[in-house]
Amino acid sequence: MTRRPVDVGDPDRLYTITQGRSRADAVAFDLVTLIVAECEPSAGQQSEHARILELCRHPTSVVEIAAELSLPITVVRILLEDLRATGRITPRHPRVAASAALPDSALLTEVLHGLRNL
Amino acid sequence: MGSATSELPPASRTPLRDTAESGLKIVVVGGFGVGKTTLVRSVSEIRPLNTEEVMTEAGEGVDRIPVSSAKNTTTVAFDFGRISLNERLVLYLFGAPGQKRFWFLWDRLFSGTLGAVVLVDTRRMEDSWYAIDRLEHHKTPFVVAVNRFDGDHAYHSLEEIRTALALPAHVPLIDCDARVRSSGKDVLIALVDHLHHLARERELTA
Repeated sequence: MTRRPVDVGDPDRLYTITQGRSRADAVAFDLVTLIVAECEPSAGQQSEHARILELCRHPTSVVEIAAELSLPITVVRILLEDLRATGRITPRHPRVAASAALPDSALLTEVLHGLRNL
Repeated sequence: MGSATSELPPASRTPLRDTAESGLKIVVVGGFGVGKTTLVRSVSEIRPLNTEEVMTEAGEGVDRIPVSSAKNTTTVAFDFGRISLNERLVLYLFGAPGQKRFWFLWDRLFSGTLGAVVLVDTRRMEDSWYAIDRLEHHKTPFVVAVNRFDGDHAYHSLEEIRTALALPAHVPLIDCDARVRSSGKDVLIALVDHLHHLARERELTA
């Protein structure tokens, strides 16, 4: 499996990437929220932002973005917030709300179907 | 600026279909070396990936990036894989360590999870007690899967294991071989079957 070191060893660098911000809104970007780019990367953009736009030409989950960029989840959430604020990405949120106790049986039937057909 | 073709992602990355619209989560928990990544790998359509989250141990700042002066930070690493269930639904499987520090991050990382699989090694059953306790605390539905390793000489029956784990009768307990795709798939089906049963029960009494 791919086990690259995640960049947690140098907090100063993480601070540079996020320009000093350290808090992310976990509710806005669930681990499995799928991100879709609305534009191509452009010149002069912060390299992490450009990388995310490249990855998200096809829907890509927050957790996959974190793994591909070797950055902690919180850092990725901050970067995604930048891109969303300027309309460069659209998040597709999970159908199961984080607050829901249990998903409905119709969704679970669909999941069972998918698993049986693997 | 580089041309579009030079910016294509590496070939090893398999993108999702453009119709994918909703991600789902299942978490596999268990002690070190119990076979979590093996299980994820056997059913995943991508090579398992690894990522980390950082936290400070002071309760107030749990979602902060550590500043260099902060000594009380910890990282939690987890593996994950992916299964496209149909045109729209994508299931993510997370292999997560069962140790204490991980549970601090449960709500932040795994809220909204469909359910969990507790993977058990019969040689180290005590490794599973804490995970089972925490899942019950978080009211996360789960099944327990016994990973039958080669050379599982002291073969315990599922009944013996249920007793050793003090597992209530309503929690499904099954055998598996985490290396085998069909077996891993059966574990996931057992979990989702269980969840479906719980959802139907709730819907009928609502």
